[in-house]
Amino acid sequence: MLSALLIVFREVIEAGLIVGIVLAATKGVPRRDFAVGMGVGAGVLGACLVAVFAGGLASLFQGSGQELFNAAILILAVIMLTWHNVWMASHGREMARELKAAGHEVVTGRRTLAALGVVVGVAVLREGSEVVLFLYGIAAQGGVSNAGLLAGGALGLAAGAAVSALMYFGLLTIPAGRLFQVTSGLITLLAAGMAAQAVLFLQNGGYLDAWTGTIWDTSWLLREDSIPGRLLHTLVGYVQAPDGAQIVAYLATIIAIVVLMRLTGRQAPAARPQPAE
Amino acid sequence: MKRTFFFLLPLLMPAPAFADAAIPVTLQNHKFSPSEIHVKANSPTVIALTNKDATAEEFDSSALQVEKVVAGNSSGNVRIRALAPGRYPFMGEYHSATAQGVVVAK
Repeated sequence: MLSALLIVFREVIEAGLIVGIVLAATKGVPRRDFAVGMGVGAGVLGACLVAVFAGGLASLFQGSGQELFNAAILILAVIMLTWHNVWMASHGREMARELKAAGHEVVTGRRTLAALGVVVGVAVLREGSEVVLFLYGIAAQGGVSNAGLLAGGALGLAAGAAVSALMYFGLLTIPAGRLFQVTSGLITLLAAGMAAQAVLFLQNGGYLDAWTGTIWDTSWLLREDSIPGRLLHTLVGYVQAPDGAQIVAYLATIIAIVVLMRLTGRQAPAARPQPAE
Repeated sequence: MKRTFFFLLPLLMPAPAFADAAIPVTLQNHKFSPSEIHVKANSPTVIALTNKDATAEEFDSSALQVEKVVAGNSSGNVRIRALAPGRYPFMGEYHSATAQGVVVAK
């Protein structure tokens, strides 16, 4: 039971953190819970499908189907996170100001809500399919009683949900005026880490061969497969021994998001009358 | 721009075949055999993993930067990048009590 709990928890942490950040980033947007709920639901459904068809998926693209699939959904998530941040850069200030009044801008927040729903779906799908495979494996083996397995899995899920709640309520302690700045920063790092991981999957699938040499190795300081390492891996994309291509993808994503945010952020105020300085 | 590029990449390039010199490894009763795999340092290799168990396993190694699910009663190729000399542990994440191994690069 304990092993089931630990493995499920390890897998659920990542999705839990992402859901927490997305919930905080969409604070005050109407129908947010619906979008996030849809994302989780679709993610769970997708996870079951991926688990059932794991063998078929892996054999696609000359045996690189799994890597390609993972890279593709990670890139999709990176694009959605970028879109959200860029949109927030032009509308975030109004949102912060009118957090309680459902003003026009807040209503348009629904548009990027769909994007973040997709991000939640991707996170749940990736981690969820591993949980499904693992639990199914134990169940098929019969080594652990089904009751113990279920209890362990349920506790692991609950612990993951607790991480999600902790992230969410922790972020909500930030004053409303600053909240979206912080979530934008978190989402930028989340996207950068995902981009680097997409590159890793493309490398492991045999699609990217350039700059695969390890640039540094900090495994002596923090192991990536420890719980703190895993938390940092999700939040800021910590990798214990990154290669050149991963670092390039990471930095390029940050630069792209920041530049796009600056560009739209500068255009937005010009559209409204501004008080003379 | 960069992202579009990555999307198109797989369409532009066929996945390289790694049939040459793949190292066969078998997983049975949630144990790898051989559990110690010797590879040449500084040159990429491929492990051809055959899972003879009925359930799926995830070949997982943060040292090797690999996560690959191999379904029950099937096989999959695990690409190993060029490694500096050293020992790189790996495990089957779903049965880590028994499924342990190490890649030794010399």
